[in-house]
Amino acid sequence: MATIPADDLSITREFGPHLSRMTGARLSTSVEPERLVRTHCCFCGQQCGIQLKVKDNEVIGFEPWEDFPFNRGMLCPKGVKRYLQGSHPDRLLTALARDESAPAGFRPMSYHEAIAKTASEIQRLQAAYGNSAIGLLGGASLTTEKTYLLGKFARVCLKTPYIDYNGRLCMVSAGAANKKAFGIDRTTNPWSDMVGTDVIWVAGSNVAECSPITTNYIWQAREQGAKVIVQDPRITPIARTCDLFLPVKPGRDAALFAGVLNLMIERGWIDREFIETSTVGFDEVAAYCRQWTLEKTSDVTGVPRRSLMQAAEWWGTAKTSFLFHARGIEHHSNGVQNALGTINLVLASGRIGKPKSGYGTIVGQANGQGGREHGQKCDQLPGWRDITNPEHRKYIAEVWGIDERDMPGPGVDAYEMFRKIDAGEIKGLLSICFNPKISLPDSDFIRRCLDKLEFYASIDFFLNDTARHADIVLPGSLQEEDEGVVTQVEGRVIKINKAVNCPGEARQDWIIVQDLAKALGRPQGFTFSEPREIFDELRRASKGGVADYSGITYEKVERQMGVFWPCYSEDPQTGRPIDHPGTPRLFEPGGYNPVAKGNGPFYFADGKARFNVAEYRVPVDDISDEYPLFLTTGRVISQFLSGTQTRRIGPLVDQYPEPRIEIHPRLAEKLGIEDGAWTVVETRRGALTLRAMVVTTIRPDTIFVPYHWPGEKSANRLTVAAQDPISRIPQYKVCGCRVRRSDVPPDYASKLEPQQ
Amino acid sequence: MPKPERLNFFIDPNRCIGCQACVQACTECDTHRGDSMIHLEFINRTQSVQTVPVICMHCEQPTCAEVCPADAIKRTGDGVVQSALKPRCIACGNCVLACPFGVPEVYDDRQLMMKCDMCYDRTSSGRKPMCATVCPSQALFFGTREEIERLRPMSAPVNRFQFGNQTISTRVFLMAPVQMASAQPLLDVTAAMSDIPQPRAMSLKVIADPFAEVEV
Repeated sequence: MATIPADDLSITREFGPHLSRMTGARLSTSVEPERLVRTHCCFCGQQCGIQLKVKDNEVIGFEPWEDFPFNRGMLCPKGVKRYLQGSHPDRLLTALARDESAPAGFRPMSYHEAIAKTASEIQRLQAAYGNSAIGLLGGASLTTEKTYLLGKFARVCLKTPYIDYNGRLCMVSAGAANKKAFGIDRTTNPWSDMVGTDVIWVAGSNVAECSPITTNYIWQAREQGAKVIVQDPRITPIARTCDLFLPVKPGRDAALFAGVLNLMIERGWIDREFIETSTVGFDEVAAYCRQWTLEKTSDVTGVPRRSLMQAAEWWGTAKTSFLFHARGIEHHSNGVQNALGTINLVLASGRIGKPKSGYGTIVGQANGQGGREHGQKCDQLPGWRDITNPEHRKYIAEVWGIDERDMPGPGVDAYEMFRKIDAGEIKGLLSICFNPKISLPDSDFIRRCLDKLEFYASIDFFLNDTARHADIVLPGSLQEEDEGVVTQVEGRVIKINKAVNCPGEARQDWIIVQDLAKALGRPQGFTFSEPREIFDELRRASKGGVADYSGITYEKVERQMGVFWPCYSEDPQTGRPIDHPGTPRLFEPGGYNPVAKGNGPFYFADGKARFNVAEYRVPVDDISDEYPLFLTTGRVISQFLSGTQTRRIGPLVDQYPEPRIEIHPRLAEKLGIEDGAWTVVETRRGALTLRAMVVTTIRPDTIFVPYHWPGEKSANRLTVAAQDPISRIPQYKVCGCRVRRSDVPPDYASKLEPQQ
Repeated sequence: MPKPERLNFFIDPNRCIGCQACVQACTECDTHRGDSMIHLEFINRTQSVQTVPVICMHCEQPTCAEVCPADAIKRTGDGVVQSALKPRCIACGNCVLACPFGVPEVYDDRQLMMKCDMCYDRTSSGRKPMCATVCPSQALFFGTREEIERLRPMSAPVNRFQFGNQTISTRVFLMAPVQMASAQPLLDVTAAMSDIPQPRAMSLKVIADPFAEVEV
């Protein structure tokens, strides 16, 4: 039974989101902390170093950590106020059971009873419908140890193929493109390499708001003479002073890359020697790009010809360069093609594997990198191994001590899992670190699927919006209540350190998973006594894989302030044990990797990188007469993902309380909409009523809505569930919509607080 | 042993991304926990994402102190102008009206003028101010003049400002485009406020309207 047990408003009144403020020891200037814990922020993929002030098992504040080399004390507002997520009035201190007779739909339940109930329901469903009737959803804000354990739990304990994670909404287009082009999936250089480069191209990344610390690197590069190119439908803060702005129409990125590459080829602004010696597939790409004349590219992308020409000239003639992209080009049903389009520009320039030249995707979540490497993805095993590869299966089965034939095959992506729930194939669901009711597109469909589940258990520290459908909620841990590693945006493995104990009956997430395994009667392989033991097994499991962590230890991470993978325990060339420092920079000439075995710098047998034809396709549900405007979605700086944490932190909510529709004054005037007016935005899926924010910083044919809010304020009730055929990432960044002024405020305006 | 070079505060509005990390971090300060002494100004959000962090400029001859009838505003030996002294401040608001940079505020609940004191608790013990430590774009920078000149060759620090007939020198520097700063080491604020560009006004390099050709 997974319908909501009480009306949404009653649940909100009991479980929040309510706001935490600076009170008590957090406001007092006379309270001294007992200790400072060096760790990292719990939010985005930058993973800034921070010191948490701890007193009486409470995080009472922070102190900048200026020695950590990536951010040197710098933090965004989320990092500054992240400590207010602890000791929160909404914190789940016990397990909860669905109870329609309880006023807010849930009653407290003892932890052991909740574990027993969850296990018995899983057993009942698996006995009745087979092992595959249970699905597991994980997330990329978890430590790598937890993501590894979840992958193992699905395959070894639950014996279900159906596991996937919220990185499906985030990293997979970049990951798939990197795999096709380089044979390895990681940013190529440390950020410090950026300073001193000639050109930086930022494709679809609101750097200043989504990865703020990167701003200083880009602008420090500019101080040293770099030209900055920004490609975006909005003038974000990083675009405000850029040297060249490419105001691309939403969903036209692959056309832009093809057009620019065509200009580079025509003008001879490519590195023929590098293409010849270090790549394959250029001729097919060149043949495809030939149709993308300057005129056609400009018509399709909406970018003026002179700007396309300027981009081609700067990129084509630079001596050193960096290209970064993020969700702006990845969140598309054409996301892999878009990412491959950028890689083609990089490979054609020959500028990769050098100190001042690199390429990378800017990851979104804390462990956006590490969370996609060790097996919580539906088609993947630890070490970035492939679940369909017989050798890979055999190796991991040995590490796990199981018969390879008992290991399930590949599952399906997270959205497809909901379609399987809808079809009645998946009957029971366990989720952690994932809030699909807010974060998946066409979210009314997700709500209907949740209603159909026979059993749903959620592990979380707050009652998130999806967990309102749960039969059992298991109280998990905040980031500061556990230890483990994550891999940040540069590919640097860093250590999250525990600052406080879990309150009440809450447990560290890996303990909850192991308790479930025990209650299911299959504890073998789930008897770790601390995260370090999980990490040691992960090191062995990753050994010999492309994402090789075997040479990384907690001590080395602390000593070096991070270790860039791959980091080997045995020299891949000689097989002798080594104390390997890690690999800050990929693809350096003469570098040895275990796939190419000396044939070249890239991770294919011949050592060469792959050009891939990166074809432009019109977005699904593009603009039409009926829905004539582009809708695009994204983040604001003071909120994070579905807002489960940040919508509970008072000062962050004050900064940007509620979603607004960004709309250009020319469009607003045509539609009779003033700044602050209630405005309806409508797509084929549904409609939202929000206040307008009239700004000249967006294309006049496009509107923007941030996605961090639930229910009647949720942008993903509008977005389309179209997915990339390769990566299965949803197309969040474009669909057709129409907009009109609302004569009356929405119902929620008088009932809900801004963050709810 | 050579005397360590004096640490200075530099504001570079060209770098500001409006994230408010400075505002949020300022509320963590030990001397005014819970209140921010920084204002983050949007110049005109309809037209631009340009923002400016406003901290106290710490004038050499502080107008706020000059107009204070209670002599409540003091400047330390190293040039930091402090919040009003609690026993003296009468919360008259003269300083609020007089400050050319619009910095001081009177807090009605405690009948006291409070403002940025350059994190005196931190800087006096060798640490950087909280805002300049966390600022992710380093629009707020705390360091030596030598450091900023090495790191930012495209701009130069200026600390003299013209308001009508009043010329003010400040402890805090503003980063200006290097050609302009060398031609006239003084920012004419009044000239910049005029609708008609004055020869002494400063312009920042920003992109022209890129959407002019988009049809609605």
